[in-house]
Amino acid sequence: MIRVVDLHKKFGRQEVLKGVHLELATGKVTTIVGTSGCGKTVLLKHLNALLRPDRGSVLIDGTDITKLAKEELYEMRGRFGVLFQGAALLDSMTVLDNVAFPLREKTEMSESEIRKKVEERLEQVGLEGMGYKYPAELSGGMRKRAGLARALIMDPEIVLFDEPTNGLDPVLATGIHQLITRTQKTFGFTAVVVSHSIPQVFEISDYVAILANGIIEEFKSTKEFQVSQNPVVQQFIRGETEGPIQAL
Amino acid sequence: MLSLLVQTGRFSLRVVHGMGGMFLFLLSALFLAFRRPAKIGLILYHIKTIGVDSLSVVFLSGFFTGMVMRFQGYYSLRQFNAESWLGSATALGLLRELGPVLAAFMVTGRTGSAMAAELGTMRATEQIDALDSMAIDPIKYLVSPRIMASLIAMPLLTAIFDVVGIYGAYLVGVGLLGVSSGSYFSGMESSVVFRDVYSGFIKSVSFGLIITWVCCYKGFHAPPMATGVSRATTESVVLSFILILVWDYFLTSVML
Repeated sequence: MIRVVDLHKKFGRQEVLKGVHLELATGKVTTIVGTSGCGKTVLLKHLNALLRPDRGSVLIDGTDITKLAKEELYEMRGRFGVLFQGAALLDSMTVLDNVAFPLREKTEMSESEIRKKVEERLEQVGLEGMGYKYPAELSGGMRKRAGLARALIMDPEIVLFDEPTNGLDPVLATGIHQLITRTQKTFGFTAVVVSHSIPQVFEISDYVAILANGIIEEFKSTKEFQVSQNPVVQQFIRGETEGPIQAL
Repeated sequence: MLSLLVQTGRFSLRVVHGMGGMFLFLLSALFLAFRRPAKIGLILYHIKTIGVDSLSVVFLSGFFTGMVMRFQGYYSLRQFNAESWLGSATALGLLRELGPVLAAFMVTGRTGSAMAAELGTMRATEQIDALDSMAIDPIKYLVSPRIMASLIAMPLLTAIFDVVGIYGAYLVGVGLLGVSSGSYFSGMESSVVFRDVYSGFIKSVSFGLIITWVCCYKGFHAPPMATGVSRATTESVVLSFILILVWDYFLTSVML
């Protein structure tokens, strides 16, 4: 269980998070939606302490990760996988080396075992035979899939997806969504997805939260969220510029 | 008046904060360099990028520096009928001062700027965050091996610069100006002592540390955008040059 309690974060004079409360269920897919620049990625990066809050806490099974020392934090991060917005593959390495990288750095597995596991993951994300390519030689969708393979290589309990379909065409975006659903069902991890792609994200989510004006304005099961009468939710779903969300 | 005081105070705080951050970054990189597992493969790779890849530029600049020194030295010393001191003046100038400083400048321009740009791009494309999220310390993985490699590569590059410079000067002196080969080398032999070589070695090691420290710090903390990376690259080169010259002054005053 991930619990976010009264999370505050400022960058200079801009207060991005103004007291976020959130409870994310284990083994489920929760999507955080919101307008561009509302602080979704900032919130996501607090979940594995890539960013430290000014105030508040993030509890992973009761442990406040904002207060952990480096060694303990790194141990905790072993439970996470992250798919970054641009996949964040190390561009000096091939896809195979990128996916194998955490295994080589963090485990005692032999090279043959690593290779077998990497090829298995690449096959699961539809990149079989692409291991020899460099990230610069891949399309946007392939890069995301390679990033997902790397995020899943350590069999994480929690996977964070930062705008997994950003910059992709609708067909590829649907493909990535299906991939997230399929891998989540296969591995059973807790997924936290940050996105503004509605209504597509409703198909993959068990729960949806909307971040607006620095707080979580609504957090419900996907079905309840879609029929919510909360004006913030209504404005976001309809894409209106007038309403409680400040558009510009 | 009050606003001027506030602005001065803010500026001072920013400077102190920046300097503190830089020192903590260096201490952290040095501490992690000696923690297991050792990144021998990465250190060797960076010795290649810092050392081997800078060889041509160090070779060329050393050769021409030696040749120019010989011309200038000949012109100056001839006025005092002291041409016989040319060999020792060239060797001492190169070993104690010009070799370490100019080789450091060449490495800053050739490799330091590339380091800052590479790390800045990695920051902008979230590759550094990705390492951190995989519980791999980015400073240990990206910075410590570069610092260790520069401590090894810089003295070697400086030695090559010195030797090539001395032979460049020999070529001009003996080949063009008609100075005898024997007096060139015997003058050098009689005036150069181990302390001269040693002081050049100390300088080159510390310059290597300054280059990788400054360039890695600037790249590592570059704002995540194109202008941020370009500014970090420029700042890293300028600050490295300034720190090299300032540190050179202190070392020279101590080791003379």
